[in-house]
Amino acid sequence: MTETILQLFRNCSRSVFALFIAILLFNQSATAAPDGKALFTSNCAACHNPLKDATGPALKDIDKTFPSKEWGYKWVNNSQALVTAGDKDAVAIFNKFNKIPMTAFPSLSHEDIDAILKYVDEFKDPNAKKPGTETPVEAKSNSSIYTWITLGLIVIAIGMWRLSSTLRKSANDKSGIPNYKDIPLGRNKVVIAMVVILGFIFVGYWITNGAINEGRQQNYQPVQPIFYSHKVHAGINQINCQYCHAGAEKSKQAMIPSVNVCMNCHKQINEYSGAADHPLVTTEGKTVNGTEEIKKLYAAAGWDPTAKAYIKDEKGNIKTQKVEWVKIHNLPDHVYFNHSQHVKVGKVQCQQCHGEITEMDEVYQFAPLSMGWCVNCHRQTGVQFDNGYYNNVYKKYHEEMKSGARTKVTVDDIGGTECQKCHY
Amino acid sequence: MSQKHYWTGLEDFKNPAQTQELSENEFREELPFDLSDSVLGSSTPRRDFLKFLGFSTLAATVVSSCEMPVRKAIPYAIKPEDIVPGVANYYASTFVDNGDYCAVIVKTRDGRPIKIEGNEMSSVTKGGTSARVQASVLNLYDKARLRFPGSPEAKDKSFVCKESTFDAIDKAIKDGLAGKAGYLVTCSIMSPTTKEVIAQFLAKYPNVKHVVYDNISYSAMLQANEATFGKRALPVYMFDKAQTVVSLGADFLGTWLSPVEFSKGYSAKRKVSAKNMNVSKHYQVESIHSITGASADVRATCKPSEIGSVAVALYNAITGKGTSSLPGKLGELVTKAAADLKKGNGLVVCGANDVPTQIVVNAINEAIGANGTTLNFGITSNYRQGIDKDFADMIDAMNGGQVGTLMMHGVNPVYDYCDSKKFTDAMAKVANTVYFGERMDETAVKCKYLVPDHNFLESWGDAEPRTGYFSLQQPGIAPLFKTRAFQDSLLTWAGATTSYMEMWKSYWTNKLGGSTNFDKALQDGVVEPAGEMAVSKVSFSEGAVADAIAKIGAKKSAGGTEVVVYQKVAIGYGGAWSNNPWLHEMPDPISKATWDNYLCVSPKMAKTLDAGLDGFTEVDSAKRVVTVTAANGAKVNLPVIVIPGMHNDVVAIAAGYGRIESVGRAAASSEEKGKVQGGKNAYPFAVYNGQTVENFNTVTIAKTAEKYDVAITQTHMSSEGRPTIHEFTLDEFKKNPKALLEERWAEIGEFTHQPTEEEGKESKEEKAMNAKAEEGYREHGTLYPNYEYNGIKWGLSVDLNACTGCGACIIGCQAENNVSVVGKDHVLKSHEMHWIRVDRYFSGKPDDPDSIQTIFQPLMCQHCDNAPCENVCPVSATNHSSEGLNQMAYNRCIGTKYCANNCPYKVRHFNWMDWNGADCFGDNIYEDNRRDDINDDLTRMVLNPDVTVRSRGVMEKCSFCVQRLQEAKLTAKKAGRAMKDGEARTACQQACPTDAIVFGNMNDNSSAIYKTRREEQMERTFYVLEHIHVLPNVNYLAKVRNTEESIMNDEKKNEFFSEHI
Repeated sequence: MTETILQLFRNCSRSVFALFIAILLFNQSATAAPDGKALFTSNCAACHNPLKDATGPALKDIDKTFPSKEWGYKWVNNSQALVTAGDKDAVAIFNKFNKIPMTAFPSLSHEDIDAILKYVDEFKDPNAKKPGTETPVEAKSNSSIYTWITLGLIVIAIGMWRLSSTLRKSANDKSGIPNYKDIPLGRNKVVIAMVVILGFIFVGYWITNGAINEGRQQNYQPVQPIFYSHKVHAGINQINCQYCHAGAEKSKQAMIPSVNVCMNCHKQINEYSGAADHPLVTTEGKTVNGTEEIKKLYAAAGWDPTAKAYIKDEKGNIKTQKVEWVKIHNLPDHVYFNHSQHVKVGKVQCQQCHGEITEMDEVYQFAPLSMGWCVNCHRQTGVQFDNGYYNNVYKKYHEEMKSGARTKVTVDDIGGTECQKCHY
Repeated sequence: MSQKHYWTGLEDFKNPAQTQELSENEFREELPFDLSDSVLGSSTPRRDFLKFLGFSTLAATVVSSCEMPVRKAIPYAIKPEDIVPGVANYYASTFVDNGDYCAVIVKTRDGRPIKIEGNEMSSVTKGGTSARVQASVLNLYDKARLRFPGSPEAKDKSFVCKESTFDAIDKAIKDGLAGKAGYLVTCSIMSPTTKEVIAQFLAKYPNVKHVVYDNISYSAMLQANEATFGKRALPVYMFDKAQTVVSLGADFLGTWLSPVEFSKGYSAKRKVSAKNMNVSKHYQVESIHSITGASADVRATCKPSEIGSVAVALYNAITGKGTSSLPGKLGELVTKAAADLKKGNGLVVCGANDVPTQIVVNAINEAIGANGTTLNFGITSNYRQGIDKDFADMIDAMNGGQVGTLMMHGVNPVYDYCDSKKFTDAMAKVANTVYFGERMDETAVKCKYLVPDHNFLESWGDAEPRTGYFSLQQPGIAPLFKTRAFQDSLLTWAGATTSYMEMWKSYWTNKLGGSTNFDKALQDGVVEPAGEMAVSKVSFSEGAVADAIAKIGAKKSAGGTEVVVYQKVAIGYGGAWSNNPWLHEMPDPISKATWDNYLCVSPKMAKTLDAGLDGFTEVDSAKRVVTVTAANGAKVNLPVIVIPGMHNDVVAIAAGYGRIESVGRAAASSEEKGKVQGGKNAYPFAVYNGQTVENFNTVTIAKTAEKYDVAITQTHMSSEGRPTIHEFTLDEFKKNPKALLEERWAEIGEFTHQPTEEEGKESKEEKAMNAKAEEGYREHGTLYPNYEYNGIKWGLSVDLNACTGCGACIIGCQAENNVSVVGKDHVLKSHEMHWIRVDRYFSGKPDDPDSIQTIFQPLMCQHCDNAPCENVCPVSATNHSSEGLNQMAYNRCIGTKYCANNCPYKVRHFNWMDWNGADCFGDNIYEDNRRDDINDDLTRMVLNPDVTVRSRGVMEKCSFCVQRLQEAKLTAKKAGRAMKDGEARTACQQACPTDAIVFGNMNDNSSAIYKTRREEQMERTFYVLEHIHVLPNVNYLAKVRNTEESIMNDEKKNEFFSEHI
């Protein structure tokens, strides 16, 4: 009896060892240097595209244009310092991009910047996929190598285990020790136990994950009643986001603009003339006639484009119709989110949460809007500590900033990850 | 020791074992705890566990496969410029309800009013509010409001409004007015423009007379003032100037005349500190126990019929003209009060609606020199204008068949006139009866035409509470229903072409001189003369006094038991308040009862009534029902509630109950469960004495076999006799202002690590708490490391001297934080949800009403820095913020209730039911009929969109109004400036009419809270249960009563009480 247990234990320990090796190998891939992609999307993507000039220059291979690596770090950490110091290259690039100063990122370390540059240099146009180029990309993926290695190791471990038991059996035969009857795999308690445990873990993971993601709708891209292209308005025509979403600076809601705001421009603009440069196409591939969409707006606003006047009822009220936009970004009722806190006080760019909105004909939900996503940003982002509000509070942080012990005060530092900052 | 023996009710000595058991059980019901030893033998065996596991797995799977609903967002077509969705707008307006007045600020979100605050620019109410003002926003969304003009129609034992058009009704009424004489009955009207409208109307129809009817009559005061001061008006009472206040039956802090105004003035004179011991002295003589009596320094009781003779005795004692022959404490009180009044700056007020009594009171005020110092007849108050005789005469005229049209605005005489039957019979003889009321109430169902008026939050208007002091009214929302302003109806019938709003606007533009001034006045809400109010003395005519004294002397008390018809602080005279679930659920400050009216009796009378009257101790919710019969034939069956401090020969019934079904679900006295719920009408007990309506009567009381459940919160959330209050007499406090600091030191001094002895020499440190010792206690009273509060540290202070127990904070909190109404059945189970409760404690001898001293202590979450609730939460749903807030994350809570069990203050409330449909399960909502309108789609418009509506199964509690704190911080940040002290205010603080609550940032040395705690009121500061080192962020200021009587802190209290009960 004791021997059986011992045997069981030995067998178990071997499998556990194999599993351990496998886990170790998996883990290796997780411990890595700063994530260039994440840093790029959270810090740079608002103004830079890797491949195209946007607010700032295209970033792919930009490091090759730097006079020196150090210059690059200085530029990213505080470009204006270089410009005001009269650095020739810096002034040139500043002038080239309409003298729009680049936001300083003093918090990015040299490793971070390297990681970003590495990411953009390796960036490939996702639309420019050519057959044949795909395979090397696949092969480059670390995780698949590890998967193969792990699977191989598991196969080897199982083989070795079978081999050793066969050898032990024959050794036992030779030395006359009676062998226990071989139990088929399906009835082997160890195997059953392992399958049950693994099954429990995977099903548990699946259910938990499903439950956590319940109600989340990243990439949600509904069809809207009017095909309104943010790309045409905010991208090509460069209309400031807050011209329409005026609530973003004042209110918790960014506000869908009222139809009379649209009419400020569309009294004049009654057709879409940009179809040659930028044809409007839905995600499904259907071409949209922009002029027809403007007519929908006129119907909603009660505007008669031929008479160039509002249609009024007998009491003198404009005959309007409601536009039922489909809400894309939905937060649960127990979450308090305030746009003005982020836009006005935190000076966060719209794109950081809403993605490259200037490139979207049809808007989709860019961010997961999950609590983890919120909290993560609160942990990393520095508050605008020069805001007059902080003059008399957080004396400790002021001292630390002065003494240089601290470079930034994150939202987390001032309690930004506490429950009742968002839930009340 | 500054701790008396306090008791919450007779149960504390009568039935200590059961009370103890009740207070030990945090939750009233049997909880399904399994205490069996073996797992398999338990009532939830393994199989069940697996079943539950399987079910929840399945549920999770099903839920996760559900699709998200598509949500639509519809923007404005044309956005009004001043509305930003998500940002609140505030409009100054005026709360007017019959004669009640308050200058208010209306908070609207996305076009709907959600909260009422006091307007601090008004020098009359000075930013104070009352529970009713706070709750008035709910009346706007009352489902029972009339939605269109029409006429009443009987339907299913109740009444509905049969719709008609304004045009049809207008025609009928114009035709009617052309015929016989008519009467326009209104409540007291403070509005100058409305008075002008009425004048226009009367000019057009000279055969119409205007009669003012006040449901709670102040006719005697008006008549007495006319007789003695030559003005048929009410003076301005300046409590803020009065050093001695004597009240003869006037509940001026709760229900008398203008409680908000008086509370502000009164409390200004009641705030004591070690530096300023000059506080007013307040004597109260009353027959029932009011909150004004609770605040009084010296209190004695008398029968309501004896108030006159008390006034005469006081007059005699002051003038020395006659001799007083009052027995016992009453006599002592009169002597002392007379002595104090003679020192000057005195003020005597009287609640009796009896002309001779009021004349004597006026004579006293004249004799003590109050005329022109604390009593201003130069500028008069316009709160009440009704003369009872005018109304009685009108009834006679109606009975005589001389009246063709009767129009009624703001009154409900069928319900609240003392001789309702006489009035109803007279009404039947009038051909055209028109009612402007907002609901199908008792008078409405007897009328021919219903022309509903707007709610005050939908109206343009104005008020003149004091002559020359104006207040404008502007709507916070467009009329919800097809209603029409009362003034517009009159103007239409008078044939005017302009609307009331136009007329009102041009009136004010002209009066103020231009539209710029008008706009400013509208923004401010008030138009007042600059500077201090001018006070002048008017001549007094002695003539009527002797006659009045003779009349009082001639009035023989009938003897026996007398009943008083009183107003509750919450429900008041009735009206729309009767159908307001917030007010119904607000525990009455003294009786702590909700949802009902009842017969208040003193402990001694309960004992004499006893002989099997076993339901009177407070532990048992089933109260004995008795029959009360009056000489005038009024008769009701009501449950008996024991109120210590009531006169032993007096019983009391609250007005405002016993309404008909169509008044609304919360108000209706409907037949449910075989018993009539919702109380009885008390008005029939009032009597018209030929001159005025008096609110008392002689009655006989007979027992019945019946019992009736009354939901009383008195024994809920008990502190189990732990010391929670500190109280001193003024003399004690004067003698040793540091007594409390020493007491605190004695308790916790040894944990403060303050050097008491220095090496080699005697200590010079005092053995008393100070700021440093408090810090020391925080740091050294625990083994855990001290957390440094680096940014803001919120703190709140409650002044027990200023608190009058009025309950404005409770309703203010309820409106701000979407606190659920649970209904009577669940209050009975101790499930009430109020985030702030006002604990009421008595001390004194139960059967000697004159010995009773009452104290209030508002208790909300104390936001302990070392909170016991936080440690026991298994899911960390409640935890601490870096600003010192004890946070509650509802969506994280799994409802173990451990926190509530571990809270020493009992301030956590569990959502036992789905009170408001907040959770996602259909058909889960709790329904009990009376409270259900609160969940109507219309009523839900009152909800604050910034606060989560909690669902079933989660714990909730006071959050220090965190949404307001966040908003204040955000406003400051957006402007890039520091947050000002007082910018972040809690709802309770803002609602409080006596400024008892101070709130702010303790880390800011210039803040009011810091100054209160550390500088001005250090000597009175204490923390409840400080010795258990939970480090609360709420402190209290000890009560200092201006009385010589040594407070009852007898060690041998038990013997003492067994002797007296």
